Amino acid sequence: MKETDWRFKIANREARIGLGLAIFNFIWWFGFAYGMGSRPVEEYTYIFGLPDWFFYSCVVGFLLIVVLVIVIVKFFFVEVPFDEEEDER
Amino acid sequence: MNIAVIIPMIVFLAIIFAIGYWSSTKLTAGSSFINDYFLGSRELGGFVLAMTMVATYGSASSFLGGPGTAYTMGFGWVLLAMTQVVTGYFVLMILGKKFAIMARRYDAITMIDFLKARYQSNWVVILSALSIIIFLFSAMAAQWIGGARLVESLTGLSYNTALFIFAVSVLVYVTIGGFRAVAVTDAVQGAVMFIGTLILLIAVIIAGGGIPNIMNDLINENPNLVTPFGTDGNLSMAYVSSFWILVGVGVVGLPQITVRAMSYKNSKSMHRALIIGTVVTGFIMLNMHMIGIFARPILPGIEIGDKVIPLIALETLPAWAAGIVLAAPMAAIMSTVDSLLILVSSTIVKDVYLNYIKPDADLKAIKRISFGITGALGVVVFLLALDPPELLIFLNLFAFGGLEAAFIWPVVLGLYWKWGNKYGAIASMIVGITSYVALHFYNNANGELFGVHTVTFPVVLSFIAFIVFSLLIGRKAYDYNVKTIK
Repeated sequence: MKETDWRFKIANREARIGLGLAIFNFIWWFGFAYGMGSRPVEEYTYIFGLPDWFFYSCVVGFLLIVVLVIVIVKFFFVEVPFDEEEDER
Repeated sequence: MNIAVIIPMIVFLAIIFAIGYWSSTKLTAGSSFINDYFLGSRELGGFVLAMTMVATYGSASSFLGGPGTAYTMGFGWVLLAMTQVVTGYFVLMILGKKFAIMARRYDAITMIDFLKARYQSNWVVILSALSIIIFLFSAMAAQWIGGARLVESLTGLSYNTALFIFAVSVLVYVTIGGFRAVAVTDAVQGAVMFIGTLILLIAVIIAGGGIPNIMNDLINENPNLVTPFGTDGNLSMAYVSSFWILVGVGVVGLPQITVRAMSYKNSKSMHRALIIGTVVTGFIMLNMHMIGIFARPILPGIEIGDKVIPLIALETLPAWAAGIVLAAPMAAIMSTVDSLLILVSSTIVKDVYLNYIKPDADLKAIKRISFGITGALGVVVFLLALDPPELLIFLNLFAFGGLEAAFIWPVVLGLYWKWGNKYGAIASMIVGITSYVALHFYNNANGELFGVHTVTFPVVLSFIAFIVFSLLIGRKAYDYNVKTIK
């Protein structure tokens, strides 16, 4: 058996990062939506006119995820060739 | 209907046709025809890749149904819709580079090619081909009906004429141009959706007198509209959260999305698509659904959800701008339909015909059959959509969640778990689909089991089935490094 393709280690690591990001995304979304949104409506405050729970959960949450995706792609993802290359020739 | 509304749509259609024609001139004459026609020779760049994923995924429901429901349910539904942001990065990060590498190694053109090479089983191929053909064919027909209804409501033409226009538009460019035409038109359609939603959101906020004003109107009408719990407080945490599976992470199992994850050129395209895809998905979903809820104080009392967006666009925008904005749902439907059409066609041509009927077909025959099947499928869908049979509507109910439950584990675990084998894959698909159908009936009769969407348990059950059967029968570690001869 050949040793594991070096590209697979990178691929596995990146898939784990994706999973982690999705879990973080869920917790942020859920936490603000139901943590703040469960208060009585009279206690809501409004940011740019939007209910605070929605602003943090969906608007800030979305922008934060965009920033995280950019950071992850720029600093943690590695470019690898996809075709079966040199080592076989 | 106002002619000024129709002109931007005609221009839009003309551009789409031009792209279809351009793509047909790029089809290679060489032996890689199949690869080229059904996968665009794996040469998608980052922008087109991101847009084609978003546009394929964003369908009539993101532009008409979803905002319509937000109109009735309030911010709870916008919260639910935002579970879709995850699709922007999840599919490409999870399938990621390993899928791209394996697909090339297996020389896979379709998702089924991948499953076939990974599991070496005819049963896997037959089961997946059948479920794709049955369910996605129905899904495609349902989208055509939606597209025709939209054309009907915008132009005042009869349903049949509208359907005809819609069918011809899609059929021509998909048939002559193949996957490349689908992907590049998706990019244009995605851009139209992006710009359309932005224009409309601004117009709606102005018409409503600013967001604080709209919010006051909503609270005065019913304070529940600004909570996460829906108009009557009946959107539960569990129910809304379960959409993370249906429209979020489960999308990884949808064949029309998966096939895109093997179509890109290199790591750089993938990286760029991750960023663009996340931005565009989130932006479109957030805007469209906020438009739905903001429309409520401006145009109260709309009974049919699907009409909210067309009506509010005509109300708040000058006719020509409404035309541009309304080209967006049109684009969304077309870009979903075209992807399904080319996918079902590739399943029949590549996975059934070339696998079982005539493996030694020569290039000329392959070409003829590829164009022929794509065109014929379109004609059949058109005829069925003229007077949709009950069965079609019925099958469409399972198209999304059922396919997710069937394919998510054979694809994802097939990629990362070396113990996964064909017994696990077959069990997982059967359990996924049957439990989905069964639970669907149960939920219809008794309300949602444990208050979550139907998709939840089938995805869990098919996971268990995959693991148990893989370990119990024919247990053997798969070696990802061995080159499998196709």
